[in-house]
Amino acid sequence: MLQIKPILAALKRHKAGTILIALQIALTLAIVCNALFIIQQRVQRLSRPSGMNESNVLAITNRWVAVNDKDTASLTKTDVQALRQLPGVEDAMNTNSFPLRGGGWSTGVNLVPKENGKPAGQTTLYFVDEHALAVYGAQLIAGRNFTADEVIVADPKDIKSTPQVIVTKALADKLFPKGDALGKQMYLSGKDVPPSTIIGIVKQLQVPWSGIWANDFVENATLLPVQLTGSYGIYLIRAKPGQLAAVTKSAPEALLKTNRMRVISGERAIRTYEKVREDAYKNDRGMAILMGVICVILLAITAAGIVGLTSFWVGQRRKQIGVRRALGATKHDILSYFLTENLMIGIAGVVIGAGLAVGLNLWMVTQFEMARLSAVYVFAGVIALLLLGQAAVLAPAMRAAKVPPVEATRSV
Amino acid sequence: MFSYYLQLGLRSLRRNPLLTALMVMAIGFGVAASMITYSVFRAVSGNPIPEKSEQLFIPQVDSWGPKYNLTGNEPPYALNYVDAMALMREHKAKRQTMLYPIGMSALPLGGQSIPFTVQGFTAQSDFFAMFDVPFLYGSAWGTAEDEQRAAVVVISRKLNDKLFGGANSLGREITLSGHNYRVVGVTENWNPKPRFFAVWGGSSFGEPSDIYIPISRALDLKIDTAGNNSCRGRIDYGDWDGWLQSNCVWVTPWVQLDSAAEVAQYRQFLEGYASDQQRAGRYGWAPNVRLRNVMQWLDYMQVVPQESSVSLLVALGFFAICLINTIGLLLAKFLRRASEIGVRRALGASRREIYMQYLIEAGSVGLAGGFLGLLLTALGISGVGLLFQPQIARLAHLDVALVGLTLLVSVFATVVAALYPTWRAAQVQPAWQLKSN
Repeated sequence: MLQIKPILAALKRHKAGTILIALQIALTLAIVCNALFIIQQRVQRLSRPSGMNESNVLAITNRWVAVNDKDTASLTKTDVQALRQLPGVEDAMNTNSFPLRGGGWSTGVNLVPKENGKPAGQTTLYFVDEHALAVYGAQLIAGRNFTADEVIVADPKDIKSTPQVIVTKALADKLFPKGDALGKQMYLSGKDVPPSTIIGIVKQLQVPWSGIWANDFVENATLLPVQLTGSYGIYLIRAKPGQLAAVTKSAPEALLKTNRMRVISGERAIRTYEKVREDAYKNDRGMAILMGVICVILLAITAAGIVGLTSFWVGQRRKQIGVRRALGATKHDILSYFLTENLMIGIAGVVIGAGLAVGLNLWMVTQFEMARLSAVYVFAGVIALLLLGQAAVLAPAMRAAKVPPVEATRSV
Repeated sequence: MFSYYLQLGLRSLRRNPLLTALMVMAIGFGVAASMITYSVFRAVSGNPIPEKSEQLFIPQVDSWGPKYNLTGNEPPYALNYVDAMALMREHKAKRQTMLYPIGMSALPLGGQSIPFTVQGFTAQSDFFAMFDVPFLYGSAWGTAEDEQRAAVVVISRKLNDKLFGGANSLGREITLSGHNYRVVGVTENWNPKPRFFAVWGGSSFGEPSDIYIPISRALDLKIDTAGNNSCRGRIDYGDWDGWLQSNCVWVTPWVQLDSAAEVAQYRQFLEGYASDQQRAGRYGWAPNVRLRNVMQWLDYMQVVPQESSVSLLVALGFFAICLINTIGLLLAKFLRRASEIGVRRALGASRREIYMQYLIEAGSVGLAGGFLGLLLTALGISGVGLLFQPQIARLAHLDVALVGLTLLVSVFATVVAALYPTWRAAQVQPAWQLKSN
């Protein structure tokens, strides 16, 4: 470690190489830090629980053909009954949406009737029946489920609210921070909307959207006991364990047998919940994988670059190394010379790189919906790159240490 | 001389295969990462209608007021029914259309088969001329059909193939969601990317449309929008007519304005309309209107997916690092041959010739890197589908332009990267080198 001065003197004679290595380390640090941060953000998002028991669930999107919107209620009822009686089916229901589906309803919610202004909370609306908790596999932590006679039939353009609602714990806590939401009243946004009494609270149920914009209310859901009319609806089916594959085939067939005048087609018409989750987070996972691949290749290339340039320096300095060895320097001295040299270049690089990393992140924050980089990532990146540099320089440094003292006497 | 230098270069590259492989790989990976992300970016950020993007405008009128408006007091992305009808009735532009996306069911002929979904748009007759929609058979419907609320339809070539086996189907009837429509036109395959005319409330990179029907007919049949419907304040509109009168925005208007004067005139008209509404008491705020053309609209709506920009950015950074790496390695490689350069210089080679020789050597490294990059790009593009949503992934494809660009970028970048090492090589003093050996 006492060699800093001579190292600096030597580096001055290799300005270009020094700058190139430092610059490469700096840029690598800037990109790796941000890439790791993006990976962490995406992984965090895609590992959020939906609140559902996700195994053995099947979603079928149905559209009635040439049926008057008002007549769909009875058709839907027949469908649901047919589905529930199907072998292998545990339970089934008709709904407008479900967690991670990708589309649904959202509205403001208040403690007092409110037509305008900022609502107390934001929630998604799931129009379901008394089978919902069983089909979702959601856990009721307080209160009770809907009863069959609470379920009303309503037009989607006409529905304002229902006397009873079940909400998620997240929404209950947002509206009633003291934790006494059960039995209290809440108001969905709009003019002259009657109040809804919270009769039950479920532990967790995510909104239909996986996008960043829904982050603020990702677990705020309200269940309303409503059978919607209209030509468009979703059948959510819970299969008995091990029966999902069979039900995926038999359920659409059973529906078409019940009534042919419907459309169940398109890429997303029949999806198991596993597929739903995959679709919802496909871009997030893709981004994480892409960033991971880029990080690995980048680190490999930077390491290779350091090996290449250091090898060149060792080759160039064989004579000087020989002289030093002849004057009494041990192999260990030579080894530590190159390690220290690399460490110094590395430190210069990571100092610049840390600045670049933060700068790049700040720029991305203004350009894209991106969170601020936490210092932990910069710190981890700094350590990683310094270690990488030391590891990369080890092989050429060891070769340098093997230069025999007799080299000093050659070809002068 | 060129081929001699190329031979020298190749020989030198063979002499140190590890270092050469390292450089080729760095360039290959760097250029491939950039090209894969660029191919996606190019597809999502392009101009979907280059000939007319300056003439097509989307008028926006503030119908929500400052309390509900989007960030920066931006008016809503679309019009409500009342405003849309009023603007179209005035007909202040040469060509104009309103539209909204619809999803319907189509019943194949024969009756026993299962119906399927089709998707498309309601529009007015000008839609097809404004957006240069190519026709295979027939043409657009006329303004008369718009006014008569006629049950006519323009279908896509794909749907025509499916329903009529590709035959000329003009005059035939098809059944959509229980109602019959007469086919007046069959479009060629047409799907601008991004689908600029329905960025809000549609899918910017979705499947091509199957059908187009007159908006007047769709409104008669109370066909709901399949796209966004955004409301503020009271959402209890009750029924269809209540919804039409509500402040929910869901209709997208487009106008064609051919000159700056026409644009100014139309803007004036919009402001006049808004202040009329203020005077009539419908709006409780000052006129707040926008008139954006296609590219301004796409930019404002941020159509380019965030993933695409971020990955392109990261890939370019990655490429830059690969090039810095290449500079370092070339420097090492060239200066290791200082004595050889010294001999050549002493024997009479000029600096120019040294430049030539080493830049050619670097160029051949770049070319090799380019071929590796091409291979990796092809691999990567076929793998994009595994990583990203199909509607984005489908956009990435390898074409002649991309192949050319890949090779060009790798050779050019490598030669640029070699400038400094070559300069250093040309600076070698022959006397020094000769002396020390």
